Amino acid sequence: MTDATTTSASTGTTEVPEGGFQPPEGLQPVLTGLREEFEDAIREVGGHRGEVVVELERDRLVEVCTWLRDAPAARFQMLTGIAGIDYLHYDDRPERLCADYNLYSFDHNLRLRLKVRVTVEDPHIPSVTGVWPGANFPEREAYDFFGIRFDGHPNLVRIHMPEDWKGYPQRKDYPLGGVDVGYIGAHIPPPDKRRYKGGWTST
Amino acid sequence: MQTGSGLEKLPGGILVTTVEKLANWARKGSLWPATFGLACCAIEMMAAGAGRYDLARFGMEVFRASPRQADLMIVSGRVSQKMAPVLRTIYDQMPEPKWVISMGVCATSGGMFNNYAIVQGVDQIVPVDMYVPGCPPRPEMLIDGILRLHEKIVKGEPRSKLVLEEVGK
Amino acid sequence: MSEVETPDTDRPTSELLDEVVVRPGEAHDLPPVTAAEQVSVNERRVHQVVAMGGGDWAEVTARAAAEGQDDVMIINMGPQHPSTHGVLRLVVELKGEEVINLQPVIGYLHTGIEKTTEFRTWVQGVTLVTRMDYLAPIFNETAYCLATEKLLGIEAPPRAQALRVLMMELNRISSHLVWLATTGLELGALSVMLYGFREREEILDILEDVTGLRMNHAWVRPAGVSQDLPDGTEDKIRAFVRDMRAKADEYETLLTNNPIWLERTRGIGYLTLDELIGLGTTGPMLRAAGLDHDLRKAEPYCGYEQYEFDVPTATGSDVYARYQVRLAEMRESLRIVEQVLDTLPGGPVMSTDPKIGWPAKLALGPDGLGNSPAHVQHIMGESMEALIHHFKQVTEGIKVPRGEVYVPVESPRGELGYHVVSDGSNLPYRVHVRDPSFVNLQTGTPMSIGLLVADVIAAMSSIDPVLGGVDR
Repeated sequence: MTDATTTSASTGTTEVPEGGFQPPEGLQPVLTGLREEFEDAIREVGGHRGEVVVELERDRLVEVCTWLRDAPAARFQMLTGIAGIDYLHYDDRPERLCADYNLYSFDHNLRLRLKVRVTVEDPHIPSVTGVWPGANFPEREAYDFFGIRFDGHPNLVRIHMPEDWKGYPQRKDYPLGGVDVGYIGAHIPPPDKRRYKGGWTST
Repeated sequence: MQTGSGLEKLPGGILVTTVEKLANWARKGSLWPATFGLACCAIEMMAAGAGRYDLARFGMEVFRASPRQADLMIVSGRVSQKMAPVLRTIYDQMPEPKWVISMGVCATSGGMFNNYAIVQGVDQIVPVDMYVPGCPPRPEMLIDGILRLHEKIVKGEPRSKLVLEEVGK
Repeated sequence: MSEVETPDTDRPTSELLDEVVVRPGEAHDLPPVTAAEQVSVNERRVHQVVAMGGGDWAEVTARAAAEGQDDVMIINMGPQHPSTHGVLRLVVELKGEEVINLQPVIGYLHTGIEKTTEFRTWVQGVTLVTRMDYLAPIFNETAYCLATEKLLGIEAPPRAQALRVLMMELNRISSHLVWLATTGLELGALSVMLYGFREREEILDILEDVTGLRMNHAWVRPAGVSQDLPDGTEDKIRAFVRDMRAKADEYETLLTNNPIWLERTRGIGYLTLDELIGLGTTGPMLRAAGLDHDLRKAEPYCGYEQYEFDVPTATGSDVYARYQVRLAEMRESLRIVEQVLDTLPGGPVMSTDPKIGWPAKLALGPDGLGNSPAHVQHIMGESMEALIHHFKQVTEGIKVPRGEVYVPVESPRGELGYHVVSDGSNLPYRVHVRDPSFVNLQTGTPMSIGLLVADVIAAMSSIDPVLGGVDR
């Protein structure tokens, strides 16, 4: 979510913010409906390049999702995927872990993204497997790579990594790993240990 | 042929060799690979077995589903940390003598995936007799690798051993 | 999907893991079972195993024992199995020959590509993402580059867009051919396997002519494509299209009314449309259930709106319907390929913006595709500025403005989406791939319950999972 194109639910509600963020025409009824029904659950409505992202309070996620799935104006029948993201150096917010839900509505041919951000200390988000059963694997993936706990998931175990793996490998503070590559008379350190002037540093 | 060994009394048309050489020749002629497809290279391995490249020309088309029936393992693709124990189990199940071809850079050295998930070279887990470079190697390269392995087998060159101490030096 | 109790997620994982005594795949390391213990070997495991261990073997055993189903047999298929389409592992619970539960276990090909992308420049990222779904490399590259371009706020030149469509459709045919070949192989139709790979080689020849490689091309680049069509390729493609039409008829003759094929595929792996949508399924599986959802029509990209093509659907929602849809899609792709060739616009294939466009030029020499001698001459001998520019652009890469986008394309397996986050530097901040095989694989469980073991093979292969994409 970019800084310039976001608006906060507490300051402004429906008017266009200064950044010029204007949600697509088709999404207006959905956003209006969301604001009416879940005023207090919405933290931010933003987006970038024509996409709309709604950041939600985690406690009401399942409620909002059920509404988005069933409300005639929305009908987001399909959860296409969940992207886990770690915003460690991206912004200053303490809630650095993020689950980004990507919804698609066949009826209206619309896309909407939902975001829920949590801290590393308390990485709990309610599971939406009850709303969309297809959230099963994507939630397991986000758990595996970022350690986000999806409460109520039927089988929240590692999916990609070996089950005795320590740590969550795609967090920003987890090293990329790798070994030095040796050549005769020289060696190349693994990618995250290299330093280049143009900003190639290990994060 | 040594004179006086009695061999000169054999009728014409009989070939004399050692048991070892005969065995090697037979091994070379019926090397059965295990189907061990992992990633992109596996598709090229299948392409090598299919019509255009036709591994059957070299008696290599019998990809065995069971490691118990195979004596060549073609590690075709990146070996992840999760796959590594499985790979070793399959290798251990293959009957002796057995050979391993490491197909592609990922199997050989980890390739471009120098990270937490990939084993940096399958030779850390099993001894490798032939490395085939490429990402992925063309079917011709795989066939070339197999033919060179055949040569090695016929010549009776010793199979490579896994020396764990050397890894990581 | 599974009724296992939720692990106690309040505690750190390491604590939970310490309790795992038996891990899947290590059952043979158990101490030998004495006669007294033999009766309760399953119960013994119940006490030892915490439901954390991958959720498969031990857990399934425990559940089976708890429910007292002594005639339940658990079969482990894979990860090294000839019929599971790669390193997919299936844990199948059987009652006699009937499947009562199935759990796909994945991750055996996890490559960490998403994380590695964060340590490479935007252009280098193409080389990484193309190795995810290795049967559809052009789609991966295109989706990634479209996402990068969306962040940059630019569009590739029209010729580059048209070439991308051309190559994507050729790639779609080759991907479906591999599906046909492997599914045929797994169902015992070995001729289909040989035919599929025979035609695929023709496509790979074209792809190799254009990109320099048979697979993993890294040909689509942010702001364009790396290389224009070499001379004579258009004729080659036209000849291929002609041939391929006849070959598709051949497959139809061989399979569509073949009683064995019908027996093995019809009514197998049935799922309703609601179930498919609920599970997030996209692509041919969804269309085989009757919904004509295709991102090329719904959210056109790369100029797909200019081309006339149909979205094939079927109504059976079984393996046979998926076969019909994929076969029809190959024909539609041929139509698109012809149209692209007819309407191919001229102009550059890479953005001419010096801040964004890749500076290096490639040329086809006697020893294959390589650096263009003219370009090397220009930067090494004529212009110092060009050399500096080339050097900066290649080593440092382009800088992409801060932002976050999601770009989906219709890959042969469904919606392939790239969620790309940029923090404004020359390296991506996060690249998440919504891979269709990964999501579609969830249908394996509901589809297989009630089937026979042999039919599970057909059902799973109708998903067409590519494990490189599933595990990434």
